[in-house]
Amino acid sequence: MATAEEVAKAAERREVRDRWLLSAPALLVILLAATGPLLIVVVYSFLAPGPYGDVKWQFSSDAWTSVFLERDIFDDTLSLAAAHVTIFLRSIKLAAVTTLATLALGFPTAYFMATRSEKTRDLWLFLITIPFWTNLLIRTFAVLQIIRNEGIINTILLKLGIVSAPVQILYTDTAILIGMAYVYLPLMVLPIYASMEKLDFRLVEAGYDLYATRFKVLWKIIFPLVKPGVIAGSILVFIPALGAYVTPSILGGGKNMMLSNLIELQFGQGRNWPLGSALSITVMIIVMVALLAYVRNAGKSGVRHG
Amino acid sequence: MNWKTTASAMGLALLASTGLARADGVLNIYNWGNYTSPDVIKKFEAKYNVKVTITDYDSNDTALAKVRQGGTGFDIAVPSQTYVPIWIKEGLIQETDPGKMENAKNIAPEWANPDFDPGRKYTVPWAWGTIGVVVNTDAYKGPANTWGIIFNTPDELKGKVNVVPEMGDVMFAAIKYVGGQQCTDDKAVLKKVRDLLVAAKPNWIAMEYNTIEKMGAGDFKATSDWNGSALRQRLANPAIHFNYPKEGYGLWSDNVVVLKEAKNVENAKLFQNFIMDPENAAGLSAFHRYANAITGSDKYMPADMKDAPEVVIPADAKPLGELQQMCAPETQELYTKIWTELQK
Repeated sequence: MATAEEVAKAAERREVRDRWLLSAPALLVILLAATGPLLIVVVYSFLAPGPYGDVKWQFSSDAWTSVFLERDIFDDTLSLAAAHVTIFLRSIKLAAVTTLATLALGFPTAYFMATRSEKTRDLWLFLITIPFWTNLLIRTFAVLQIIRNEGIINTILLKLGIVSAPVQILYTDTAILIGMAYVYLPLMVLPIYASMEKLDFRLVEAGYDLYATRFKVLWKIIFPLVKPGVIAGSILVFIPALGAYVTPSILGGGKNMMLSNLIELQFGQGRNWPLGSALSITVMIIVMVALLAYVRNAGKSGVRHG
Repeated sequence: MNWKTTASAMGLALLASTGLARADGVLNIYNWGNYTSPDVIKKFEAKYNVKVTITDYDSNDTALAKVRQGGTGFDIAVPSQTYVPIWIKEGLIQETDPGKMENAKNIAPEWANPDFDPGRKYTVPWAWGTIGVVVNTDAYKGPANTWGIIFNTPDELKGKVNVVPEMGDVMFAAIKYVGGQQCTDDKAVLKKVRDLLVAAKPNWIAMEYNTIEKMGAGDFKATSDWNGSALRQRLANPAIHFNYPKEGYGLWSDNVVVLKEAKNVENAKLFQNFIMDPENAAGLSAFHRYANAITGSDKYMPADMKDAPEVVIPADAKPLGELQQMCAPETQELYTKIWTELQK
């Protein structure tokens, strides 16, 4: 005869098993949906390109070789794929600068919001989310209307007589940065604000009481405490900025490729799907390594600050 | 992105199939965006009591990739001449023999037997056009009938030139400019082309498709472009002129084909025949602003297109046009490398 305890244990085991069985279909779908498309990309990167797009089902490591190395079409020498490296570095630089720019703008904004009265905070939060209601493409076109030669800025500058000819902002790196900072700013503000809102401002007062300078208060008290928000915001901005496509194309004029354009070229006019797949995975690896390094470093120094 | 568009196309196809119950028949057209005259479609729907749906694509590569996957639900597609041989070779379209249809007699003689579809066994002409140089004469008054505007930009236009980023078209133009043959794999020529392009790029302001609006607003003062786009630009600003480069320029033609997986083959055939009628062909032209390869359609053309220099090629420029071909995959690979080098 089983004791009451054993019966209870069996019932519990059964319940655990039922729970797993019931959630199994959903877990399976999530697992497949998350890994399935990725696996296809991985497989494609090891195949040969079909003559007019698509892939040929035969193993080839050419795609991976040509991510990093290129055979010069004129003198047939094998060398580092300078064009790819240039494009990778351009995208990484843009993403990094965008992250810094949104941080510089987003941190004070979040501080401002967090120091308002409880009632008005919601209003500010609401205002920050408004741009999300519109499509990215439309927001980018709005920036274009502001900075183009016949746009708002140039019209005002010309009317005031500050400049005699329109300032060429559109199709420059400045234009891309303005657009990127504008588009990604909310992604930086929101996580920082979430940390800042929980900040106990009595600590700031205590700092001042102990004769800390404003900078010291910011650097030694506020910053360490909102660091999780800064980290989250930086990640949220950096990753999509690395793959940005619409904003650099529209505001930069498409003369210089970004990573996303390079990948698109392989699936479109270049008709080299395996290379496109290999490039996509390379981007993922870069993001993963950057993330690991970043989170690790951030975590370490966080401990030191206590 | 490809997965997403595929999914939405499938959604559209599903929607299209629900239309079945409402009309005698349906016809699902897969065509370039902003390219299909609603008036002509309405006329076709009324005449044959067929419900037509239209789904857009934005490039030949997108269309080919999607149809290749199958299960699209489309009956008709409109690939360009360079891609038609691939569609035929890969068995994606069926031989409807439009060359023997009732209205086939209207096809202009120079388009009746094209290299990409000898004897018109698969395709019906939808539109054809040219690729040349568009210049705003307020900014530059010199001779503009040369690719030199793009590749050896005169001082007045430096920093104001746009190039439409169609790899095949740009390579064609650059090869012509250095005196080569289209689709060449001659390394000596290609080296000249690469050097030419790399040296020319600093004088360009952008490489984008949105020429009508940007030429109109004055962001660009010159651009490489399609003739129909140039026509719209001139109608908005008479100072904007289309030029046929003396080094040789590319001709293209888009063609209506019936997919092998089409479910409404009879309706698709009716449509192929329908648009070869001069009045209907003119109706299509009035909307997409390109010529149509149908004799007798000029009678019905809108007034602003009848003598438009963008649509009616001047006699002296006629022999300079050359139908663009699909280059061999190995050649294409060389071009992609040069293109990446240009845009890096």
